[in-house]
Amino acid sequence: MSADIATYFQASVVFAILIIITALYCILVSRNLIRILIGLELMTKAVTLLLAIGGYVSNRMALAQTFIITLIVIEVVVIAVAAGVVIGSYRHNNDLDAGKMNNLKG
Amino acid sequence: MKLDFDTLNIVLLALMLASAVWAVVTSRLLMAAVGLALTSVVLTLVLFILKAPMAAVFELSVCAGLITVVFISVISLTKSVNDIEAHEIKMKRIKRFIFLPVFLVLAGWLLSVKALHLGSHEALPAESATMQEVLWFTRRFDLIGQILVILAGVFGVIVLFKTKHSVDGETKQ
Repeated sequence: MSADIATYFQASVVFAILIIITALYCILVSRNLIRILIGLELMTKAVTLLLAIGGYVSNRMALAQTFIITLIVIEVVVIAVAAGVVIGSYRHNNDLDAGKMNNLKG
Repeated sequence: MKLDFDTLNIVLLALMLASAVWAVVTSRLLMAAVGLALTSVVLTLVLFILKAPMAAVFELSVCAGLITVVFISVISLTKSVNDIEAHEIKMKRIKRFIFLPVFLVLAGWLLSVKALHLGSHEALPAESATMQEVLWFTRRFDLIGQILVILAGVFGVIVLFKTKHSVDGETKQ
């Protein structure tokens, strides 16, 4: 692996980790359900970046693309169902605050 | 001015991080959804540069397009806040996210200073198969999984949004 690609690989991994930290922080401190979904979505963006750079470095871009497409399909289904859950929760509680979802509290 | 390939890549990665941080920090939900779409668009450019055009097209159409539409629909289906509530939310967000830049700078500095040991990651011989061949022949089982996931999602959405008709004719959701 050439020095240029190694540098780019290192930089990509660093930026992907920083995006994961940002998304995790968002999920941890946000109470709004839509913001939690946005955090989840951002984490998948970082994983997509890692898959792409992994495929580029190992010369297996076709395989990496198939994984990315699979990830995108799973991501969109998860977001669609989660959006449905958010709307259902809003209709039930009239609020998007995750802290107020205590109906199952024992 | 000629832009270096590596410089362009690093600028795109920095832009992706900046749009991700903006999507998280901004107090307006609509702007957060736009920030997320912007992150997808920048990721699309990165994928194009990394010679992954099919994945880039999927990312642009599905993630930047469809998912943004889903988010904006959810935001429009829920209640909007008035000016006083918006100001309170903004103040709360500033308090909550005050540590995020510190964490990012610290993590970025630590990861940049200390070289990551991520294995040998030696480049393998160039693969002869195209992306379509890999998808249809090598990873055929993934396609079955994708179909099942989509079916599960469709059933999930149907169950979540179905309306119930009670005996007295009243419609419940």
